[in-house]
Amino acid sequence: MEVTIPGVSDLGGTRGHGRVPVPDPAEPPFAAWWESRAFALAAFAMGRISGRNLDAFRLTLDRLPRDRYFDDGYFGRWLHAAERMLVESAILAPGAVTARARRLAGETVVEPAAPEPAKPDYAATGPGSLRTVDTPPAFAPGGCVRPVRGLRLPGYLRGRLGVVEAVRPAHVLPDTHAVFAGEHPQHVYTVSFTSRELYGSDECFTVTAELFESYLESA
Amino acid sequence: MNESASTDPALRTEALEQLLTERGLVSPEVVDGFVAKYERDVGPMIGARVVARAWTDPAYKARLLADAVPAIQEVAWGGGANGEHIVVVENTAAEHHVVVCTLCSCYPWPVLGLPPSWYKDPAYRARVVREPRAVLREMGMELPPEVRVTVHDSSAEVRWLVLPRRPEGTADHTEEQLAALVTRDAMVGVATVTA
Repeated sequence: MEVTIPGVSDLGGTRGHGRVPVPDPAEPPFAAWWESRAFALAAFAMGRISGRNLDAFRLTLDRLPRDRYFDDGYFGRWLHAAERMLVESAILAPGAVTARARRLAGETVVEPAAPEPAKPDYAATGPGSLRTVDTPPAFAPGGCVRPVRGLRLPGYLRGRLGVVEAVRPAHVLPDTHAVFAGEHPQHVYTVSFTSRELYGSDECFTVTAELFESYLESA
Repeated sequence: MNESASTDPALRTEALEQLLTERGLVSPEVVDGFVAKYERDVGPMIGARVVARAWTDPAYKARLLADAVPAIQEVAWGGGANGEHIVVVENTAAEHHVVVCTLCSCYPWPVLGLPPSWYKDPAYRARVVREPRAVLREMGMELPPEVRVTVHDSSAEVRWLVLPRRPEGTADHTEEQLAALVTRDAMVGVATVTA
């Protein structure tokens, strides 16, 4: 099974975004009260309520329509992804949140009945995302690699020549974990890429990313 | 049909909380407690204490750079998600590190809390891996041309924390005084620490 990441969240190296905001050192964690509630509700919705996992949550974010992803900011996309996970797990009926929001705004709306929950048949083998694997790493620091595929492979790195900088603790594989097809942990590597290789750029810098073993081919 | 009511994220959030509360799946008190943790207890003050310790204790700094999580936990730890494996990189006169997550907004929560708005901004996520010097300049940080720049894209579960340069004129500062100077932005690599 190969799941590919849609374009909406894969922003690295893309153009047309304008200036970066000037940081405000005094900025609070939440810009509005609803953001703090949305943050907590999404955190509880993933796992505890919907039966879905962190990788499934990320994939749900990746699959949001553009307006849902961007228009209400970071916690807005958390809110929309949480709702989608809860509908997919049949905790909420489709349209339930919209109907309640309209009632809160004073409209007379018939709300859909709560469905029979249908959570994924899934349990983690341990806490968090780090696991051990029995096989030795296929790549070693200093080795040349090329990332060719993978759910969490940023598009701007695909096909580019990189160098393995470090072998990290093995992780649960998002490609299968996000769709409840097993944890299948793999070795993870920090791989570095030069700006010239990525962009043909005259500005000299290095980019590193963490990439799963199955994403990489020897080069 | 009132389109704006159904698309207002504040109303949708209230609606979602009501629906889940009525079903007994959350309670307002539990939501309050979770929010308070990230408003009050987990934030960049944790990372600032780690940085100040590293500036004043060379053996600690060596442990921090070699295996960050146990070293951070000697000082403080915010717990929770998003920081199972943290790598600390040191900014020097010759090398500058800056951190991003281009695919979402992964960030080392147990040491820095929740990410600031600029870190989550599409412009930062898109551009810092393509033109880091220009982005840093817009954010108020000019790097000399001879400094090597490395951008860390947090694409899996590794999280990055930048150990900023200790500012000049702080030789007499206590660890506590130093911690008060360290900013969130410096620990992500988009600002310097000044005395």
